[in-house]
Amino acid sequence: MSDAITVSRLHKHYFAVHALRGIDLTIRRGEFFGLLGPNGAGKSTLINIVAGLTRYREGEVRVLGYDVTRDYRRARRHLGVVPQEVVFDPFFTVREVLRIQSGYFGLGHNDAWIDELLQSLRLTDKADANLRELSGGMKRRVMIAQALVHKPEVVVLDEPTAGVDVEQRKTLWEFIRRLHGQGHTIVLTTHYLEEAEALCERIAIIDRGELIALDSKQALLDRGIGRTLRLTITTEQPLAVVPAALTSKLRRLDGSRVELQLEKDTDSIIAVLDALRSQGTDVIDLEIEEADLEDVFVELTRARSQ
Amino acid sequence: MTLRGVYTLFYKEVLRFGKVLLQTLLAPVVTALLYLLVFGQALEGRVNVFPGVEYTAFLVPGLIMMSVIQNAFANSSSSLIQSKLTGNLVFILLTPLSHLEFFTAFVAAAVLRGLLVGAGVYAVALFFVDLPPAYPLWLFAFAILGAAMPAVLGLIAGIWARKFDQLAGFQNFIIMPLSFLSGVFYSIHALPEFWRGLSHFNPFFYAIDGFRYGFFGVGDVSPLVSLAVMGGFLLLLSGITLAMLKIGYRLRD
Repeated sequence: MSDAITVSRLHKHYFAVHALRGIDLTIRRGEFFGLLGPNGAGKSTLINIVAGLTRYREGEVRVLGYDVTRDYRRARRHLGVVPQEVVFDPFFTVREVLRIQSGYFGLGHNDAWIDELLQSLRLTDKADANLRELSGGMKRRVMIAQALVHKPEVVVLDEPTAGVDVEQRKTLWEFIRRLHGQGHTIVLTTHYLEEAEALCERIAIIDRGELIALDSKQALLDRGIGRTLRLTITTEQPLAVVPAALTSKLRRLDGSRVELQLEKDTDSIIAVLDALRSQGTDVIDLEIEEADLEDVFVELTRARSQ
Repeated sequence: MTLRGVYTLFYKEVLRFGKVLLQTLLAPVVTALLYLLVFGQALEGRVNVFPGVEYTAFLVPGLIMMSVIQNAFANSSSSLIQSKLTGNLVFILLTPLSHLEFFTAFVAAAVLRGLLVGAGVYAVALFFVDLPPAYPLWLFAFAILGAAMPAVLGLIAGIWARKFDQLAGFQNFIIMPLSFLSGVFYSIHALPEFWRGLSHFNPFFYAIDGFRYGFFGVGDVSPLVSLAVMGGFLLLLSGITLAMLKIGYRLRD
């Protein structure tokens, strides 16, 4: 069975700018996949190439085994894309837009599915409203409905919750989770790392046109990035310096509060506590914060900039 | 070719201009009527055109075809550039529609708008002149070709232009002069030799002259020549447009 999306040795040049530098990537069927990267990293370029919106000369891109250039009709029938920018046609109502979008894919009588989409995306009462009358969040939900109107197996959402308020973001998360539960492959790009952490099973990180990480979310979180140890201490005299053994790990020292960055597998919390006690410092509270995706992301992209 | 897809894009384009009928159909009919009243009143009996044909009657086919040309161009060009600049064109580009299907639907909708405006101008003109067509088939053939040619030009302009200003330039510096200087208001036989010769390089001249032939059975050139020139020009423009669409010129980066 073909993978949902395969990208092989993909390069993209915009005149002198080498926007994608030999990307190799496979997204399996049924996955919830996250594509992360700083602004200008090449995420949207990659997605636009998969969607057929951007041309390329070097490499190969397939959707469910269909080449997006040579066999674009079949590739696009299986792909639904929600673009990053909120765009709409001011001439039409929500229902008209969805009927028209269905027709482009050869679907003539699609109202039952359109009604279901409208209901799932909480747009039923706006079905006959012109798109100009909708709020930004509603327009974004209409775009999601447009991308799903032909029931694609693979759904790509390019920053779907950008500019959406917290409540609507949760509604969208629920909806996207439900889509995934129904068997759709979901590819999500987002700036909200907690969003990727909450939703995605596997994550790729792109930086300056290169794939710098591709792993399961847990494996990425486990990648030797340390933990943060926050201590509340008491001493007879305010602590001016930490014991020599802890100097390299110190992030912050603020009277009775100490924050240390510990390596995941090599640094022992017991050793830290012993070192402090040996200096006459009593620890009255401690808090351990595991690395999250943001730490991993920052670490990986920072390591490349240095 | 997926007929449902082409039909849907055609329907969407028709629905689009149907939602702004005042601007897309009624306004051009009123404009043509004003031309008819002003030029007909001012020049009737002062300008010799075809033998036995009154100037106002001579003027009507030219005005119809000029309206067809300008509105067919306006439809495809403005729809495309609006979709491009507002970004909603992406929802067409993401579909399985081929470049040929895209082309067919846009051109067919623009031709329809051109013909509807032309029919409107003709209907209003009948209040002022008695103008039965002499050769309805010729009339129909020139109406279709006369609308298709600017419809395709409109697509080229819409694809090429990156902003409304560039499209306005295309319209004001190419379409308007070519349609005004194509013999709408005069027979080219009344022109000095240089200008008469130059008129033969204007494709819209053949559209108007051939269309007039459909009404009066006479023209400045043979209708077969007009048909051949228009057909050739349409094929050339279509080839250029299809090539632009196929490579995604200024549509897919």
